[in-house]
Amino acid sequence: MLIRRPPDIKPSEITPRGLYLDRRRFMLAAGALILLPGAAGAALRFDGAVKTRWGEGLDVTSVEDATSYNNFVELGSDKSSPKRNAAALVTRPWSVTVEGECLKPGALGVEDLLAPHPLEERIYRLRCVEGWSMVIPWVGVPLGRVLQRFEPTSRAKWVEFTTLHDPQRLPGQRRAVLDWPYVEGLRIDEATHPLSLLAVGMYGDELPAQNGAPLRLVVPWKYGFKSIKSIVRIRFSETRPKTTWNIAQPDEYGFWANVNPEVDHPRWSQKKERRIGQFFKIKTDMFNGYASEVAHLYAGMDLARDF
Amino acid sequence: MVGPRRPDWAKRGLFALCLVPLAWLAFDVANGALGANPIEAVNRRLGDWAIRLLLISLAVTPLRQAFHWPRLARLRRMLGLFAFFYVALHVTSYLVLDQFFDWPEIWADVVKRKYMTFGMLAFTLLLPLAITSTDAMVKRLGGARWRRLHRLVYPAAVLAVLHHFFLVKVDTTEPLLYGLVLAVLLGWRVAKIKTTSKSVA
Ligand code: HEM
Repeated sequence: MLIRRPPDIKPSEITPRGLYLDRRRFMLAAGALILLPGAAGAALRFDGAVKTRWGEGLDVTSVEDATSYNNFVELGSDKSSPKRNAAALVTRPWSVTVEGECLKPGALGVEDLLAPHPLEERIYRLRCVEGWSMVIPWVGVPLGRVLQRFEPTSRAKWVEFTTLHDPQRLPGQRRAVLDWPYVEGLRIDEATHPLSLLAVGMYGDELPAQNGAPLRLVVPWKYGFKSIKSIVRIRFSETRPKTTWNIAQPDEYGFWANVNPEVDHPRWSQKKERRIGQFFKIKTDMFNGYASEVAHLYAGMDLARDF
Repeated sequence: MVGPRRPDWAKRGLFALCLVPLAWLAFDVANGALGANPIEAVNRRLGDWAIRLLLISLAVTPLRQAFHWPRLARLRRMLGLFAFFYVALHVTSYLVLDQFFDWPEIWADVVKRKYMTFGMLAFTLLLPLAITSTDAMVKRLGGARWRRLHRLVYPAAVLAVLHHFFLVKVDTTEPLLYGLVLAVLLGWRVAKIKTTSKSVA
């Protein structure tokens, strides 16, 4: 369930999900009900997410905008259709396979994948390659910590992520506008960078389907299409993964896709962006404002060529 | 003819009808019903109606001839002018809402981006047609020259469809559909010229 709230109410002013659940439990108990559905062990608690310093001082985009203006072609090819088609994407149960160059491959439920790690809330800027941006409070865990548990070998130079391929649940896949399933990839040092987040929630609640439920990547210094949604497979590999948008239009969507105001998209400039909710465009920052954290990853690389 | 003429209700009705998309857009703006990115939505809505009206105005002559419906001709100018009206609003929304008069960026867009170059060329070709749409202008130019000038609408429409085609990311269904309609409308004219020149010969 997604708790809708107007943008001017602070998350802290809303009854935390835990309290609300407790209250319901109390009422159910009062009704002499002993069996509590949903009280099962592995459920993730979003309200308990540790607040972090990320995004301090940023104006968060309204939850309404962030959940109704989405690029998720698997749920529809314009921005408003993913929300309309959200009901198709059933996310329970959801299993994630981790495989490839690692010592402990395996398949496990999304709750178990995340369970050992405390959830964190991180407010990140999200810059779409199309020239708009949002500020979103994600809930998740650093990707690197999750990956470590599978003990990648020295041959694990890249990490490949794959979205669910199921035209029933992702009806946009019935049309071959892209080469399904959607695949994205990161170099191992990008994947294990402390900023890279494996997200299960936003705005203090579960991810809505249109935002990539139940599990998505968030790589805030890269254009949004790198942050793959509804992940079912993570694979360590020795060779660079072939990624979906890069296959579709290699001159428009690079593998690296680092936010870079100096490198135009062939069809538009990337110098500025429209922050959703604001009238005037604002300047786009190198690496989406995360240069001091990530610029060293690309030392010596020609970012105009390897865009 | 002297004396008051009967009001042309078809013409008046069409005039009102052509304003509906704009009224609808204004309504949506006022109600905040344009979603998270209203500026983009306004620009796109206006672009969509610009191309639709352009194609509709190009359909008048084929329909008139195919159905032997000569009275349709009197609606053509109004449809063409409304097409231009929506194009002009579409361009204005780009200049003002989208770029907010950032002329260096606008210039860079127009010369660097294929779809913007096509859009600008289409607009430039339509401009003299709008200016010469008055009765006085038709008289001044003379029928033959006026008709020759107004053939510019054909390349303008082709450029407008290309403009749309090159700006979409992956799903080219819509521009292809408009392209198909345009191909039929232009193809019909070519076929017509061929058959009439044959019958003359
Ligand atoms: C005959 C002239 C033109 C026609 C018929 C036309 C039509 C269209 C159409 C149908 C769209 C797509 C809307 C959608 O995605 O739903 C569009 C988009 C657009 N047009 Fe035009 N256009 C014309 C000229 C221009 C000119 C001269 C400019 C700029 C100076 C321009 C700027 C744009 C922009 C910026 C977009 C949208 C890009 C986006 O949102 O991704 N157009 N136009």
